[in-house]
Amino acid sequence: MLAIESLAVARGGVAILEGVSFALSAGQALVLRGPNGCGKTTLLRTIAGLQPPLAGRIVAPGDVIAYGAHADGLKATLSVVENLHFWAAVYGQPARVATALAEMNLAALAHRAAMSLSAGQKRRLGLARLLVTGRPVWVLDEPTISLDAASVELFANALRAHLGTGGAALIATHIDIGLVATATLDLTAHKARAPQDGGAAGGFDEAFA
Amino acid sequence: MIALLARDLRLAVRAGGGFGLSLAFFLIVTVLVPFGVGPEGGTLARIAPGILWVGALLACLLSLDRIYALDFEDGSLDLLATAPIPMEAVVSVKALAHWLTTGLPLVLAAPVFGVLLHLPGPAFVWLVLSLGVGTPALSVLGAFGAALTVGLKRGGLLLSLLVLPLYMPTLIFGAELIARGASGGATTTPLLMLAGITAATVALVPFAAAAAIRVNLR
Repeated sequence: MLAIESLAVARGGVAILEGVSFALSAGQALVLRGPNGCGKTTLLRTIAGLQPPLAGRIVAPGDVIAYGAHADGLKATLSVVENLHFWAAVYGQPARVATALAEMNLAALAHRAAMSLSAGQKRRLGLARLLVTGRPVWVLDEPTISLDAASVELFANALRAHLGTGGAALIATHIDIGLVATATLDLTAHKARAPQDGGAAGGFDEAFA
Repeated sequence: MIALLARDLRLAVRAGGGFGLSLAFFLIVTVLVPFGVGPEGGTLARIAPGILWVGALLACLLSLDRIYALDFEDGSLDLLATAPIPMEAVVSVKALAHWLTTGLPLVLAAPVFGVLLHLPGPAFVWLVLSLGVGTPALSVLGAFGAALTVGLKRGGLLLSLLVLPLYMPTLIFGAELIARGASGGATTTPLLMLAGITAATVALVPFAAAAAIRVNLR
């Protein structure tokens, strides 16, 4: 569903990862690990199509990726259900709102304004947004931040259900989500070499070469 | 896209959305000018077209940086960029929402403010027509300026400087249309020029704005 071939990515004009290759097929989840600043977010943004790769290829059919970033993209003055309805309409999946609310245990909060939610509840709403997209490949950046143990379990259940129905997921996380069959990719090994050592030059250097 | 429009309009009228800010600013300008230049009707009538257009333009400028800034801060813009809506459509819809919440109220309220400035009777039709035809260009050009400055904190200053020159043709032909309407001159040329500027802007600028956003999101 998603194949990455010797991808190199840059952040702020500096190459930070190179030679990243993996493939995800239906029902698989891949966990990205690595210390802060090693390029997890940049890699995920590149795969989500928000920035062009420095080198390499991203092979995926169109319209399969649902991206979940650090920020949940919630509107504080809209209620929980209004936020979800908006994203459901954008993705053309209006019927999924009710199930997403139920799966993320937000039904009781449905008519609360998003600004009055706690950090963990906001995150759950952000994950519910992911459920209403109906996209098969989830690309998630630290999805469990500010979630308590029970909510992590909710997320793990949703993820298992997603994988069980032929979905796939690429997750950058520091914690153990409790999935049995997940592959792990440590990005430390793919740290980009400096340009003088034969690494790819960043986009910034290229522009001024 | 309709969902995006509905969301933006809903956000604008909810608390803190800033709806009415432009209208209040326009009101302040048109109320203050007679106090500043004196109540003499002839002078006011002569400068009214220019004042009304400058007021509308500045009122529009006031809310431009909010077009994407809030969406950028809370991450919605990233998510919209990965959503199955082309960025050009997002830009167009946001410009439309901006016009509906700032330009349209100005158009509708302008006749009332025209009275404050002693605008001659025959000019009122042209005032509404001129603002109605011209203000969509202000919103679309503003959406382009906002797209260029989307990642900047406090980008409002740069945004104003970028956008003001682009507003000049609309201002010139818009004010000229009202002035000619007031004096009973030939109005066809400025009206067609104004309409042409708006049509070209609405058709072409969203592509530039979408490209600017894509670059800024990297």
